[in-house]
Amino acid sequence: MSNLVVLPMLIPLLTGIIIIFFYRTPSIQRIIAGAGALLNIAVSAYLVQRVYNEGILTLNFGGWMPPFGISFVADMFSALLVLTTSLVSTACLFYAFKSIGEEKERHHFYVFFQFVVVGVVGSFLTGDIFNLFVCFEVMLIASYGMIVLGGTKLQLRESLKYILVNVVSSALFVGAVAYLYAIVGTLNFAHISQRVAEVGQPGILTVSSLVFLVIFSVKAGLFLFFWLPGSYKAPPAVVTALFGALLTKVGIYAIIRIYTIIFYHDQAFTHTIIGWMAAATIVLGALGAVAYRDVPRILIYNIVIAVGFIMIGLVVANQQALEGAIFYLIHDMIVKALLFLLGGMMITVAGTPRLAEMGGIIKRYPALGWMFFIAAMALVGVPPLSGFVGKLLIVQGGFSGGWYWLTAIGLASSLLILYSMMKIFMNGFWGEEKYAAEDAEPVSLKGMLAPAACLLTISILMGVGAEWVYPYISQAGEVLLNPQLYIDAVLKE
Amino acid sequence: MKINDVILQTAAKIVVFIILTFSIYLFFAGHNNPGGGFIGGLMTAGGLVLLCLAYDTKTIRKVLPVDFRIVTAIGLLVATLTGLGSFLFGAPFLSHTFDYFTLPLLGKTELATATLFEIGVYLTVVGVSMTIILSIGEDR
Repeated sequence: MSNLVVLPMLIPLLTGIIIIFFYRTPSIQRIIAGAGALLNIAVSAYLVQRVYNEGILTLNFGGWMPPFGISFVADMFSALLVLTTSLVSTACLFYAFKSIGEEKERHHFYVFFQFVVVGVVGSFLTGDIFNLFVCFEVMLIASYGMIVLGGTKLQLRESLKYILVNVVSSALFVGAVAYLYAIVGTLNFAHISQRVAEVGQPGILTVSSLVFLVIFSVKAGLFLFFWLPGSYKAPPAVVTALFGALLTKVGIYAIIRIYTIIFYHDQAFTHTIIGWMAAATIVLGALGAVAYRDVPRILIYNIVIAVGFIMIGLVVANQQALEGAIFYLIHDMIVKALLFLLGGMMITVAGTPRLAEMGGIIKRYPALGWMFFIAAMALVGVPPLSGFVGKLLIVQGGFSGGWYWLTAIGLASSLLILYSMMKIFMNGFWGEEKYAAEDAEPVSLKGMLAPAACLLTISILMGVGAEWVYPYISQAGEVLLNPQLYIDAVLKE
Repeated sequence: MKINDVILQTAAKIVVFIILTFSIYLFFAGHNNPGGGFIGGLMTAGGLVLLCLAYDTKTIRKVLPVDFRIVTAIGLLVATLTGLGSFLFGAPFLSHTFDYFTLPLLGKTELATATLFEIGVYLTVVGVSMTIILSIGEDR
C-alpha cells in the first residue's frame, strides 16, 4: 500500500491542468511542463527501484479491497515501461519547445501532450480492465487533439480516419468487457485470472480473448495496421515521435498483459494465431519500409515491423523470449522516438520529406548525421547497442522453443530494416548537397539536438550496460511467467 | 429586420431561474437519490443555453464574463485535489470521508468529501458544454 504507485500518473495530470490556466503565455507553460516532466522522471525511477527491492507494489484507491475497488499495480514490467514513458515524453517535450511554434502552444498543445502521458501511464499501471479502457480513452482523446492541432488539410483528413478507426475499436472494447464481465463477473485482472483458472478457459473464454486480441491489435498496429501509415504521417514530427514511441506500445502492453496474466490456458490455439499475425505484420511492414522513398513513411513502417517482432517474444512465451520482448519493447520505445526526432530535423533542414530531393546533409550537420547512423544501427541490432540484446534473447528463445519459421522471419527482417535505414542515411546524408531552397541559410538545430542526444545516450547505455539492466528485465519476465505472483500481490494482503 | 421576441425573452427570464434551481437541487440530491454532478452540470448548461437562444451569445458573454475554459480547468483541479487531499492523512489516493454536523437552518446534516469531488465534476461539465456551444455558436 503506497501512494507512490499513482504519482507517475498524477504529476502529468496536475501539470496538464495547471497549464490550462496559462494558455495565453507559452513561456510559463514551458516552465511548468518541463519541471513536471523532470519531476516525473525522478519519481518513476524511484518507483522502479522500490519495485526492484520490495516486489510488486499495489495501491487500492479509496482503501477498497481489490476485487471491489480500483487498484493500481506496479510490477517490474509496468514500472519499467512507466520510466521509459517519462524519459521519452520528456525528450519529446524539450524538442517541442523549439519546434512546435507559438500558435500551437497557445491552443493547448502541452495540455494534450500531458494528457497523452496520463493515459499511457495509467494504462501501464492499472489493475482493472475497465479502468484500462478509461485510460485508453484519455490517451486517445488527447491524441485526437494532437493529431488535428494546426488544421492543415492533410491533418483534417487523416484525423477523421484515425478517430473513426479508434471509435470503432473502442466500442468493440466496451462490448468485449461486457462479454467478459458476463462470463466471469469481475473486472479486476487478478480476480478475472483466478476465475478463468478455476474453469480452465473453455471455448467461450478463448473467444473472448480473441475479441480482445482484435481490439488491441488495432491499437497496437499488429497486422491490423491499415490506419497507421496515413495517420502518423499527418502531424508534426514531435507528435509522431510521441505516438510512435508510446501509443502502439500501450496496445502491445495490453496484449502481453492479458495473454500472460489472464488467458494463458489455451496457448496452442491463441498463440498460434498471434504467431501468424506477427509474421504477417513483419512481412508487410518490411515490404512498406523497403518500398517507400520518403523519411516519415520508412520510419512508420519500421514501427510496424517492431510490433511484429516484439510479439514473437509473447508467442514463444518461454523465459528468454519474454525477457527479450520486454527488453526490445523498452529499447524500441526509446529508439523510435529518437529516430522520429532525428527524421524531423532532417526534414526541417532539407525542407522536404522526399529522399530524392535530399542529399549531403552530413556536410553541414555532422552531429545529426552520425547520431542518425548510430540510432539506425541500434534499431537494426548491431552488437554494442541496445537493439542487440533484445533481438538476441528473442531469437535464442524462439529457437529453443521450436518456433523456427517465425524466428527466421524475425531475423530476416533485420536485414530489410538495415536496408531501409541505410537508404535514408546514404540518400539523405551522403552525396551532393541538395536543399529544397537553393543556398538556404543553415537552420539552427540548437535545443533540438540535445533531447535527441539524451535519448541516444540512454540507448547506448542500455546496450553497453545490458548486464546492469538485465536483473530488472529478468524480474519483469518472472511475473509474466508466473501469474500467481501477480495474483498473490493484488488479492492477498 | 429585427424580430420582436419579447414573449420568448420574458418567459426565458423566469424559466431559467427554475432550471438553475432544479439543477442545483439535482446536484445536491446525488448522494442518496438520482442526480449528481454530471446531470446537474448539464442542466445548468441547459439553462445557460436557453438564455443564449432567447438573447444572443454576445449578451450572455456580457452577463456572464467567465472564461469557460478556465471553469473546466478549475473543475479538474478541484476533483484532482480532493483525491490528493487524502495524501495529507496518509490514506490511499481518492479516499473519501464523511461526518455529521449541526448547521444553522438545516439542522443535522451529513457532509461528505465526495461532494467536493462532485463540485469538480459539475464545474467541468458546465465548462466543457458551454465551451463547445459558445465556440460553435460564434464561428459563423
